[in-house]
Amino acid sequence: MDGFPILTTMMLVPLFGALLCLFIEAGAARGIALVATLITFALGILLWVNFEIGGAQWQFTERADLFAGFSYALGIDGIALMLIMLSVFLMPICILASWNAIHKRVGEYMAAFLFMEVLMIGTFAAQDLFLFYIFFEAGLIPMYLIIGVWGGDNRIYASYKFFLYTLLGSVLMLIAMFWMVAEAGTSDIPTLMDYDFPAGAQSWLWLAFFASFAVKIPMWPLHTWLPDAHVQAPTAGSVILAGVLLKLGGYGFLRFSLPMFPQASADFAWFVLALSMIAVVYTSLVALVQQDMKKLIAYSSVAHMAIVMVGLFAFNIQGLEGAMILMLSHGLVSGALFLCVGVIYDRLHTREIARYGGLSNNMPYYAIFFLLFTMASIGLPGTSGFVGEFLALAGIYRVSTLAALVCTTGIILGAAYMLYLYRRVAFGTQDNADAAAMPDISAREWAMLAPVAAAVLWMGVYPESFIAPMRDDIAALDSQLAAAAPAGDSDLQSGPPRESFANTLSHAGEGAH
Amino acid sequence: MDFAASFSLIASELVLVIAGLALLLVAAWGGDKLARPIAVLAVTALFGAGFLLVPGLHSGVDGPDTLAFGSLLRIDSFALFAKALIYLAAIACLIVAPPFFDSEAAGPERGMRAEYPVLILFAVLGMSIMVSASDLITLYLGLELNSLAAYVLASILRQDQRSAEAGLKYFVLGALASGILLYGMSLLYGFTGTTDFTLLRIALDGELGTGQLFGLIFVLAGLAFKISAVPFHMWTPDVYEGAPTPVATFFSTAPKVAAVALTARVVFEVFGGQVAAWQQIVMFTALASIVFGALGAIGQENLKRLLAYSSINNIGFILLGLAVANAAGASAMLVYLFIYVAMSLGSFVGLLMLRGEKGEVFETFADIRGLAVTRPGIAWSLLLLMFSLAGIPPLLGFYSKFVVFQAAVEADLVAFAAIAIAASVIGAFYYIKFVKVMFFDEPVDRVTGENGMAHWAVLFLTVAIISPLGYLLTPSLTDLADKAAASLFLLN
Repeated sequence: MDGFPILTTMMLVPLFGALLCLFIEAGAARGIALVATLITFALGILLWVNFEIGGAQWQFTERADLFAGFSYALGIDGIALMLIMLSVFLMPICILASWNAIHKRVGEYMAAFLFMEVLMIGTFAAQDLFLFYIFFEAGLIPMYLIIGVWGGDNRIYASYKFFLYTLLGSVLMLIAMFWMVAEAGTSDIPTLMDYDFPAGAQSWLWLAFFASFAVKIPMWPLHTWLPDAHVQAPTAGSVILAGVLLKLGGYGFLRFSLPMFPQASADFAWFVLALSMIAVVYTSLVALVQQDMKKLIAYSSVAHMAIVMVGLFAFNIQGLEGAMILMLSHGLVSGALFLCVGVIYDRLHTREIARYGGLSNNMPYYAIFFLLFTMASIGLPGTSGFVGEFLALAGIYRVSTLAALVCTTGIILGAAYMLYLYRRVAFGTQDNADAAAMPDISAREWAMLAPVAAAVLWMGVYPESFIAPMRDDIAALDSQLAAAAPAGDSDLQSGPPRESFANTLSHAGEGAH
Repeated sequence: MDFAASFSLIASELVLVIAGLALLLVAAWGGDKLARPIAVLAVTALFGAGFLLVPGLHSGVDGPDTLAFGSLLRIDSFALFAKALIYLAAIACLIVAPPFFDSEAAGPERGMRAEYPVLILFAVLGMSIMVSASDLITLYLGLELNSLAAYVLASILRQDQRSAEAGLKYFVLGALASGILLYGMSLLYGFTGTTDFTLLRIALDGELGTGQLFGLIFVLAGLAFKISAVPFHMWTPDVYEGAPTPVATFFSTAPKVAAVALTARVVFEVFGGQVAAWQQIVMFTALASIVFGALGAIGQENLKRLLAYSSINNIGFILLGLAVANAAGASAMLVYLFIYVAMSLGSFVGLLMLRGEKGEVFETFADIRGLAVTRPGIAWSLLLLMFSLAGIPPLLGFYSKFVVFQAAVEADLVAFAAIAIAASVIGAFYYIKFVKVMFFDEPVDRVTGENGMAHWAVLFLTVAIISPLGYLLTPSLTDLADKAAASLFLLN
């Protein structure tokens, strides 16, 4: 693999696919989009296989000084690797999900998605601050078009709101970036991560970055664009939005706010925790009363991302690992839930929960998949959601018992609204004749849902595969944060170990793999 | 005074003068049927004049050797950069004009008039003199030569009421601005006793007297009118709307470059020692232009008015670079100007291409609904141009904002930059409205007319520049702009 620019190749494949899709007719565009995303996914697997766990922190680095003011520098660590994998994994599924649902302007639609994939890979792989910003912000254009052209009835309002909200959030970050680059004399992200910014400036810089990532992730009370965007976007748009774009916010905190401004992050941790606690409870309660399936899942996304935030701002390894796994898990699970909504929306063209019911009778396979993802969203042990939520909550418990208590309450509420949703859709009597007549999932839908289900179970049963590449990076981040970490309210004084147990426990821990 | 050296310095202006006068005679004797050959020759002359700039641009020229005619003109890298940009814009405007005048849109007087290219040549000559002026007298000469040609251009469709109105409005308000400018210049002359930029600078050293301060303010106000910066922007939407579209294309590009370059030269060379006196004024004008340019555009239905407000908005960002008041800011401003010219040319040409069956030109939002379905080529180009104007990466419009804001932050104007960039989001609103109308609305299929190669070529070229490919231009563009800005700061 030495010297082969695999990251650039992974971006070029969908880019060429996108350009091709713009100029060809519908059927061919679908095929080309699927092939391009599958090739990219194959390259992603190659990337993962060749990623050397425990090797250099930044691998597959590429650098070219093509531009004035910033450079084309790519490279990934374990965290970026996993998020890239998530993106390239979801992409072919999105194309499949749009196979029959999109009739008009198919070429342009596929092109928008492929551009989106280029930008997502670029955002996670960028090693230059300004290159990151370009990829991060450029995603607005295809997403604006996806919502606006192929969205639902109220799509124009939703697309405007999405665009302006996120733009306003990001521009202040750009000013902060200029200041940082002027101060540190470089726009190289790895160098900036080790740079000590003056404590007085950190607060301002942190707030500017917070404005951008808090809108993106999104945090209460800046989340209001999300339900609109999710509901109006076509199914695949919702999948990408929930699956990957929200993760950009979390990735931003992990890559920029925490390592670059550790002191400010610690100072504002109470603020983040407070907002997240409100978000978990409030959005869960809001989700409970939704009549629209997509809106319900959208609000559940806000609640889950709040737990991610809590994990990130716990300033310890469990919290950080939990946040990462929860991001990956949420990317899969909420994406899959939107796919499940899409499957029945394609048949009945309504998202209203009351129009369905008793689907487990006529669509048993569908009901099984839907159940699995519902359980994963709740965090049932054995699914990916459990691993992430448990670790994140274990991390925050060491810092704040109150936050752990409130967030755990949110999980119970999460179980309530998800099970309530499932009961209304899959169980009960079949009151609606048209819903009762819907056929079970087709081969194409099997191909969409089965891989996600496999990944969810894999991550739930053997999360080590996913944690291993990230372990060193998270440990490095944790050691950077250690000095600033706020004192927790837990009593970490461990008593003397009981002889019998201490001697019988074997210590072949996780590291033995 | 070495005339040979002076003449060799102004070789490109000489080409324009000779071509302009010769073509004027051809136009007078040959009449309108020779309009096309005249336009071709005018483009050739502009190319020739531009070609003469290349060696100087490449190597960078500054210092006393660049003064011509006993320091009346200064042909330094800065002037060369501005001139090159002006010539390119003028060439593009000439290329796209004939199909417009040949169509239904030109009203009862079909066909391009023979004066049109000649007037453009004279306007360009005036701008050439403006950007290389090194004396208040040459400054005014150049400015008026440009303005007089521009007044006529605005009303070139004599039978068309709106065109005549635009010309008249432009003339009355332009004359007022010239008066203000002249008044300021006379104050400066009265209180310093000289019109030469270098001597003025020396005379203005130290504390500014009241008369000198008034002179500064009046000069800046007059120049602000010429670049249509808030609060002297009111004429712009009316003139752009009324003037024939090719003329509006011209107004929004070449004269903007010239007036901005002139303003930069005046504030840095004449008032270079008095930064504190003008920096606040420029900052206020910049912020006001960004905000009012964006707010004014929101309610517009007419696309030309919208682009007029967009040009006011863009001038705000250009002035932002000026307000930084150092070489980095000036360089950023020049980079912005280059990219702005490309975006502005592209979007106006895009409008020119919105033609009906008989060639009539559409210019309201209602006409371009669903353009993406009926005319995808134009719609996608306009989409890229609009996102670029809004400064959304990865389009090159982002880079133009990138450089000015970077310069502002590096000069410690962080709060100023933060307010300005937040205000730029207001502008994004109407740019994405443009996209919304073309892409989200149901098609009306009014735009059915075919367009010639000339329009497509200019549109394609500008879109290629503002596409992400344009970033490959940035190293050489920055290099040229740095050289140009450095020559401006030689005196400091």
